[in-house]
Amino acid sequence: MSIEAKEEFRPKIVAFCCNWCSYAGADLAGSSRLGYPADVKIIRVPCSCRVNPMFILRAFEKGADGVIMCGCHPGDCHYSTGNYYARRRMTLLFSMLDFIGVENGRTRVEWVSAAEGARFSDTMNDFVEKIRSLGKNVRLEDLRCRS
Amino acid sequence: MQELINRAKELLADNTVARVLGWRAGDLPYDPEPAYFETEDALKDFVYNGFCGANLSKYMIEASKLEGKTLVFLKPCDTYSFNQLLKEHRVDREKAYIIGVGCKGKLDIEKIRKQGVKGIRGISGAEMTDDADVLTIDTIYGEKTCAYQDVMLGRCHVCKGKEHKVYDELIGESRETTDAERFAEVEAIEAMSPQERFAYFKKELSKCIRCNACRNVCPACSCRKCVFDSNKFDSSQKANADSFEEKMFHIIRAFHVAGRCTDCGECSRVCPQGIPLHLFNRKFIKEIDQLYGEYQAGEDTESKAPLTDYTFEDAEPSIIGERG
Repeated sequence: MSIEAKEEFRPKIVAFCCNWCSYAGADLAGSSRLGYPADVKIIRVPCSCRVNPMFILRAFEKGADGVIMCGCHPGDCHYSTGNYYARRRMTLLFSMLDFIGVENGRTRVEWVSAAEGARFSDTMNDFVEKIRSLGKNVRLEDLRCRS
Repeated sequence: MQELINRAKELLADNTVARVLGWRAGDLPYDPEPAYFETEDALKDFVYNGFCGANLSKYMIEASKLEGKTLVFLKPCDTYSFNQLLKEHRVDREKAYIIGVGCKGKLDIEKIRKQGVKGIRGISGAEMTDDADVLTIDTIYGEKTCAYQDVMLGRCHVCKGKEHKVYDELIGESRETTDAERFAEVEAIEAMSPQERFAYFKKELSKCIRCNACRNVCPACSCRKCVFDSNKFDSSQKANADSFEEKMFHIIRAFHVAGRCTDCGECSRVCPQGIPLHLFNRKFIKEIDQLYGEYQAGEDTESKAPLTDYTFEDAEPSIIGERG
């Protein structure tokens, strides 16, 4: 006799949030008691420009099902121009991932300011929903990283 | 070829240059290798023919640190790489004496082999002064001929032009060999379904033996310390447990040179496994051209590289999913 556990798919989602806008936005979402799924693991970065394309690939390799990068709205970067560079970089990286046949929905960039707690919560809910519909990320995971 | 040797001897004799950077005859007629020549006597091994595909501009990074000037022979497409290195302050223009050599398209020995030519003893028709129409190959099974055009390196079919972008003097005639659409290969892959693309790259990249030849030969990969040499990074190990590791390596390799890659095609030429690595670079070039305006790395030494520049109106990353 075996017990079949009916487990709901809980995606692993990594969110890179910039210290000045999106991380504060996440904070505001929390203090405003706006909910977003606990599947989202936030990594704070000094600026969206700090996100090396390798971070995103590495997150996938380590078993993430989706990666989202959040930064200040263009024009509002704490360091003036960081997110403009990040925007070009991520556009190219996403086009390459698309080129090698990885679903485009697994990566996303959103601009969330420190005042947009509600937007942060909506964005995360929407992204988690999207990843749930795409299912488990099996193509990119490095099996050695699985514990 | 004799013309090049004579000129090199002159420049060595009057101490304009301290050494010559060129190609030395290999053991076989089709494998010349990059080499330094420091004496007139050493130049007897110098060779320049259709098999001298190697781009010598990367060697100028080291040569720029040596005493005295170095005479370097650059083909038209190599001058783009040299210009790009110049722009990044990796080579010293004062330390280089550049002779722009003519190029009528370089040959791919693998393509010759694919035509069923085996046991090669000698090849004629690939010299600088030849018309580059027909190759006559002397094999142990008798004489074979190949159309020059059919056995050229893939990159020569999308030649950037016969104009040298930087030089001190020019020797020899060049020919434009363009006969294919530059982005046709990339577009053919884009037209596939995501599953087909994934399968295609899995098939190609699983051949990778992580020899790092593509990285080592790339004139744009000029970092003194490379991220792939870090032992904190799993890819520094040769054994890999998952197919994504190669993909990650090649995505990052191409990403690090995005906007700086001149599309010289050396990565594909040196790959011992015959992986079409230039596709990654060319995909980035295509995207940059489409999204941020046409840009040819190495064309000049002033313009800003696309990834070190931005405009307020740049496309959002979501464009990739939206355009389908």
